[in-house]
Amino acid sequence: MTEAIKRPRRKDPQKRTVLPTLPPTSRSRRALGFTAAAAEGRFVLQKCDDCEAVTYPPREACPKCLSMNLNWRDMPEGGQLIAETTIQTSTNVYFRERTPWRVGTIALDVGIPVLAHIHGDVVEGGRVRMIARTDKSGQGVLMALPEQETANMTDDKQLRELTCDPKIRRILITDGRTQLGQAMAQAVSSAGAATVFVGIAETWRPFKGADSLAAIPNVEVMALDVTDTVSVNELASEIGGKVDILINTAEHVRAGGAMDRDGIVTARDEMEVNYFGPLRLIQAFGPGMRFRGADGVNSACAWVNLLSVYALSNWPAYGSTSASQAAAYSLSQCLRGEFHGSGVKVLNALFGPLEEDWRQHLPPPKVTSEGLAKAVVAALQQGLEELTVGAVAEDFLTRWKQDPRVLERELTQPEGA
Amino acid sequence: MNADTTTVLPALAEALVAGKVRTIDLTHTLDPDFPVIILPPEFGQCARFRVEEVSRYDERGPAWYWRNFTCNEHTGTHFDAPIHWVSGKDLPNASVDSIPVEGFVRAVCVVDCVKEAAADEDFLLTRDFLVAWEAEHGKIPEGCWVLMRTDWSKRSAADYLNLRDDGAHSPGPDASAITFLIEERNVVGFGTECVGTDAGQGGHLSPPYPAHFLLHGAGRYGLQCLANLDQLPPTGALLICPPLKIKNGSGSPLRVLALVEENSA
Repeated sequence: MTEAIKRPRRKDPQKRTVLPTLPPTSRSRRALGFTAAAAEGRFVLQKCDDCEAVTYPPREACPKCLSMNLNWRDMPEGGQLIAETTIQTSTNVYFRERTPWRVGTIALDVGIPVLAHIHGDVVEGGRVRMIARTDKSGQGVLMALPEQETANMTDDKQLRELTCDPKIRRILITDGRTQLGQAMAQAVSSAGAATVFVGIAETWRPFKGADSLAAIPNVEVMALDVTDTVSVNELASEIGGKVDILINTAEHVRAGGAMDRDGIVTARDEMEVNYFGPLRLIQAFGPGMRFRGADGVNSACAWVNLLSVYALSNWPAYGSTSASQAAAYSLSQCLRGEFHGSGVKVLNALFGPLEEDWRQHLPPPKVTSEGLAKAVVAALQQGLEELTVGAVAEDFLTRWKQDPRVLERELTQPEGA
Repeated sequence: MNADTTTVLPALAEALVAGKVRTIDLTHTLDPDFPVIILPPEFGQCARFRVEEVSRYDERGPAWYWRNFTCNEHTGTHFDAPIHWVSGKDLPNASVDSIPVEGFVRAVCVVDCVKEAAADEDFLLTRDFLVAWEAEHGKIPEGCWVLMRTDWSKRSAADYLNLRDDGAHSPGPDASAITFLIEERNVVGFGTECVGTDAGQGGHLSPPYPAHFLLHGAGRYGLQCLANLDQLPPTGALLICPPLKIKNGSGSPLRVLALVEENSA
């Protein structure tokens, strides 16, 4: 049984903060297919399209028939732990700091053995459920979980290295003026966050939900305007050292493309919030989070970008906003590179049309604020880096993966959506 | 040059140095968090005041500190030119760069509406109120500025704009007051402590936004977001309010000063 995690005592101010170290980082280009799927929480293995053999670890050619036609395919998660060991020391600094560490061999139901990290509640010979996640080095790894839920299961030391569970962590939600920001505050509070800092811009303008927001347990309302560098820097000076998860809920969405707009004032507002907003937040909060990537059980662990799925491919009906979100998406990739080595994950949540005023005239299905917030919290608890929320976004992403050029053609047809 | 003009300014300069004439700052600090007017969100919005550091004695410029700032022509304590409003759009010399500079230095009358604004946040300054004010302080001189003092500048940020779900609530003039000032007193401009020259609910008056519509239609100017009006006498002070010389500018943030004789406040 896993012992429930507790909020740590206050840090000894004379003690140096533990710096992030990394499990092995190198992967072949081929093997990155596993990492990319793990970032989405998918468990994939290479399967030979010629002889149907499943293979592990990643290879360039099928070990059975030498075909080059090996492709990553989703696999059933079941298996059985057939051998295990507990590592007591290691030459790798990351593991050396974290021993004892369980690893073992799992006989997958799909018919091959794999080496994986082992959850503390898995017993030898027992049935397991495999998960693939990115580890602190950003690479895909396998972990065997008990097949059935166990008490405090998510608090397992090894599992928590792979997840970004809000439990006992301190969260910054950058914009609490909107229903989305308020739903997000409620969701992380319910998930056991120790503190939920919620940014409010322009306190001189009243907003709906102010009272209920302040009443959410552990919420602390802070002055924050992502369009104002001074404001962002001031808040970072105040709480930058204790933000474990940052969720950027600020967005500025307006219908309209480029040619049918008069002037660039609205586009500039979109860029101020959607692109320069995260850029300011990264400059102010990024360095502190990067430094605290291994700072105990409530280390800095995740940066969450909420992005319209039209960040991936422009929808001319919201063309100008789409462009600013594309900029934000591109920036998130830069951030992922800059966070590499820190153990802080970048979670990009791509969502379809949200149920809110500026998308009011769009037809359903839409994503509710509560639905998006819940999905983000679940993704953090699972340690995902890629999340797609809502039927529109899921369909969009499928088409984007199939062929982004075809999707672009679809979106730019008169009836495109 | 006649003898008077060569004695007035040296005397003023001497009085300034001697502290017999005080200089009062009527300006709010340009602060990113200072309220701006809020229009329905479908309309273009007034940009907030923002600064971005270019360098601060660092690798971006080792010996100097400077910043870029951005704002609207109507952010913070600011000047409204006639061209700001549709009623003044076709007037000659109606933008901040072309307005005759004489109007930027003028006598100023300060109408105390503090008590009335405290009792009624939607208080409207009327012609009758001005006539009553004149009975006490004398006739408003031609070509002067008239400022409406409400102590609104002392309010907290949220109470300053006083936004509710039916809009902003703050005092201002009605059409009769503005018409009186333009047609019967020929003032050069009208100013307030609130975020605009019009009342918070001024859009529901007739004509809508009477201060903007009537003043600018008649080629007069506006000042708003003024502070420290409580330090001015009802009459006898001199207002200095030159806006930035922005090409075709509809207005501009500015430093507003008043000269006050020491014994007159």
